[in-house]
Amino acid sequence: MEGVDQIFVIAKHWITAWSFWPNALRPFVSILLSIVPIIGLFALAFGITTVVERKALGRVQNRYGPNRVGIPLTKIRLAGFGQFMADGIKMLIKEDIVPFSADKVVHYLAPLALAIPVWLTFAVIPFGRNMSAIDLDAGLLFFFALGAGSELAVFMAGWSSRNKYALVGAMRGIAQMISYEIPLVLSTVAVVMIVGSLSLNEIVRAQSSYSLGFIPHWHVFTPWGFAAFVFFMIAACAETNRAPFDLPEAESEIIAGYLTEYSGFKYALFFLGEYMGLFAITGFAVTLFLGGWTAPLPFLNVVPSWLWFFLKFATLIALFIWVRATVPRLRMDQLMKLAWKFLVPLTLINLLVAAVWHYSGGWAFTGALAIRWVFCGAVIGSAYVALGRGLHTKHFAPRAYRYAD
Amino acid sequence: MPTNAPMPIAFFVLAGVTLVSAICAMSLRNLVHCGLCLALTFAGLATIYLQLGAEFVGLAQILVYVGAVAILIVFTILLTRNAEVHISPVSRSWMVGLAVAIIVCASLVLPIFQSPSLHRTPIMTPDATVRLIGEKLMTQYVIPLEAIALVLTAALLGAVVIAMRDEPEEKTKQMMEPPRRGGAKPELDPPRLSIPAVETRQ
Amino acid sequence: MTPLHHYLVFAALLFSIGLAGALTRRNAILVLIGIELMLNAANLNFIAFWRYSANANELTGIMFVIFSIGIAAAEAAVGLAIVIAIYRHYRTTQLQNVDNLKG
Repeated sequence: MEGVDQIFVIAKHWITAWSFWPNALRPFVSILLSIVPIIGLFALAFGITTVVERKALGRVQNRYGPNRVGIPLTKIRLAGFGQFMADGIKMLIKEDIVPFSADKVVHYLAPLALAIPVWLTFAVIPFGRNMSAIDLDAGLLFFFALGAGSELAVFMAGWSSRNKYALVGAMRGIAQMISYEIPLVLSTVAVVMIVGSLSLNEIVRAQSSYSLGFIPHWHVFTPWGFAAFVFFMIAACAETNRAPFDLPEAESEIIAGYLTEYSGFKYALFFLGEYMGLFAITGFAVTLFLGGWTAPLPFLNVVPSWLWFFLKFATLIALFIWVRATVPRLRMDQLMKLAWKFLVPLTLINLLVAAVWHYSGGWAFTGALAIRWVFCGAVIGSAYVALGRGLHTKHFAPRAYRYAD
Repeated sequence: MPTNAPMPIAFFVLAGVTLVSAICAMSLRNLVHCGLCLALTFAGLATIYLQLGAEFVGLAQILVYVGAVAILIVFTILLTRNAEVHISPVSRSWMVGLAVAIIVCASLVLPIFQSPSLHRTPIMTPDATVRLIGEKLMTQYVIPLEAIALVLTAALLGAVVIAMRDEPEEKTKQMMEPPRRGGAKPELDPPRLSIPAVETRQ
Repeated sequence: MTPLHHYLVFAALLFSIGLAGALTRRNAILVLIGIELMLNAANLNFIAFWRYSANANELTGIMFVIFSIGIAAAEAAVGLAIVIAIYRHYRTTQLQNVDNLKG
């Protein structure tokens, strides 16, 4: 089954080797063949994810989601899955309103400054065996650097609109993104510590062996890896401004936050950038904790590696949609408290637990695995419970009633 | 494309963009535009680091400078109400400053052009992997590493303490006391809403 | 392959732009921006010399720049905190107005 697994790589090499291309252009053809399918595939995934999300949210809220739109301008019925095409056409033909007192240049550049770094992060994710567009030695650092670069775009959007709601939304958005970057990075530092490399291909390769013949060495099946996975998912929700952390762009609180003054295609670019950020972070979660493109059981390697990646990816996206539909929105102070007082100490303790797990890996007596699991699990579990109980405020300020007299 | 041969055209384009945005960062009237041009300068410098083969440093430059320092500068511009345009952006003795800068520039650039030992091409292609950087940080440079950890902690605490708003002591004491029942006007109980569902449950 | 002196001239120009800004602008924040530009120019010099050196596997230039980036970030944080504290006191960030100690 090597052929099906490597079908895209083989196709790319075959097309690059055509004598049709002039020799000087051959490297560019190779690069384009890596980039264009990624962009096309994830743009299509973006469209379908928005429809699936709206349908899932609708079903959780006891209503149908979009279920009528087929392919626009034709009579083909798709039970609602053409909604993203209709939305795309609508956003493209909407009038692009720029406020009179807005800072025109910055207002124009903000959606680009968001979308471009987010698209760049797709270059290092390994989608299958030998299937990452670039194999950077410091691939993980590349991802975090670009995530940091997209924060400036939020500020540009909020400030250039000359709108106080937009500015407050932008400030909140940046504060949230900066605060949650720390648990995000610290939970991946545990993975980097154990694997010993920042290259994502190396991290996937370190998870590709099986113990006892059928248990994969995914990081999520270790106590520190499971804890780090949970913290990473929480921080990822917050980094991409997704519910329950979507206060910076919540409609019922602050109109649309930093997106207030954007209409038409610029709004579509922001929307796209957000979902692409979600996809990129989910891709990283799959690579770092869920074993990337490796199969859960050794005999399942007949299924192509890229299919495993996308199955795990789809599962995590479904998890994000589920969380969005279920959990209420966090207030700003609750959000910041969660990041600084709860997640940062826990991720630091998780680093210690990962080190203990790694160095006790040499124990060979019977029951060593159980003892390690119990000890590491107890340390991180008790820290979780202690911090959770300790930070819980039972007493609130006395209520003040102000009447109209 | 070979990765260890920086192309001259790429260098000139990137250097040109970086220099233009640096000039804009120092000379624009609108301070927020200055901050954003500074972020662009940092990003341009990071691409030049990447071109020189210092991958880790280039990515760290984006993460630290663009992701933190530029945002810090922009926040400070907003918090100190400098976002509006001021009347005279340069000080009265700006010509002296400019002259000093030109003299410094000339005294740096002329010797560079005139010394033949600096007109060389790369001698070797180094192997600047993250693993090697990590090993050196932990063995040869471990004392600077610990020192910079102390410096960063001190800077973090110092910045928080300096920028913290000092509240007058009485105001904090007043806020922390519970409201008095005897002297002040007693708070009225909220009017009970008569919800039939609630009442029939009892 | 660009020769070394191109990078050095570029770094020198960047340094002098930062210096010009730090010396001529009135606002305290712009002076700090100029200082950051000067630090970055020096970092570029280090990386250029490292790349074009004979024993580049010693990674001396990279180590220096890593620490320099860290220190610059810390210094920017403290400097901007001081600017905020001064603003709270004097209600201005124009350097010519902060002249209480002027003789």
